[in-house]
Amino acid sequence: MPMPAAEIEARIKAGLPDAVITLTDLAGDDNHWAAHVVSASFAGKTRVAQHKLVYAAIGDDMGGALHALQLTTGVPT
Amino acid sequence: MSDTNTRIAEIVNSNDVVLFMKGTPLFPQCGFSSRAVAILDHLGVAYEGVDVLQDMEVRQGIKAFSDWPTIPQLYVKGEFVGGSDIMMEMYEAGELQQLMADNGVASAA
Repeated sequence: MPMPAAEIEARIKAGLPDAVITLTDLAGDDNHWAAHVVSASFAGKTRVAQHKLVYAAIGDDMGGALHALQLTTGVPT
Repeated sequence: MSDTNTRIAEIVNSNDVVLFMKGTPLFPQCGFSSRAVAILDHLGVAYEGVDVLQDMEVRQGIKAFSDWPTIPQLYVKGEFVGGSDIMMEMYEAGELQQLMADNGVASAA
C-alpha cells in the first residue's frame, strides 16, 4: 500500500512542527514522491542527520509502505 | 544478527568504496540504486556493488548497521556517506569528489 501525500506531510509535521514541506509527485502515480523539507532543527546537522530526522518522523513505514521518497533538506533562510 | 553485522563490517572495511544496492551496477533494479550507480560511474571511482536482493540478511542487516531505512547506501573507507539523494546533493556541490580525494580514492572526474 502506498502512502498518500497528506499522510507523508502529516507525519513529517508531527516530528518537525516547523517544517515547510514541498511534495512533488515524480511519476504522476501518487506513489513516487520527492519531498523537500525545510526546518530550523536541521541547522548545524550533517545531511545524514537531517535525513534521519525526517525518516524518524515518518516512522517504520519508511523503506516499506513508503518505498520511494526522494528527499532533500534545507534550513530556513 | 551479530553475524550479519560482522559480515557487513568486513565488507565495508575491506573495500574503499561500497554501494549496497538493489541489483548490480550493470543491472540496477531500482531507480534510486540506478542513480547511485550513475553518480559513481560518472566519478569514475572503482567500487564494490553489493546486491541486497541476493541476500536477505544483508538487506535487513544493513538498515540496522547504518541506522538508515533505505537502499542504496554508500560507504567510503568504512564510513556511511548517505543514500542516493545525499550522493546527488554532494555530487552537485563537488563534495563527493572531494570526499573521494580526501580518502585517497582515485577518480576520473
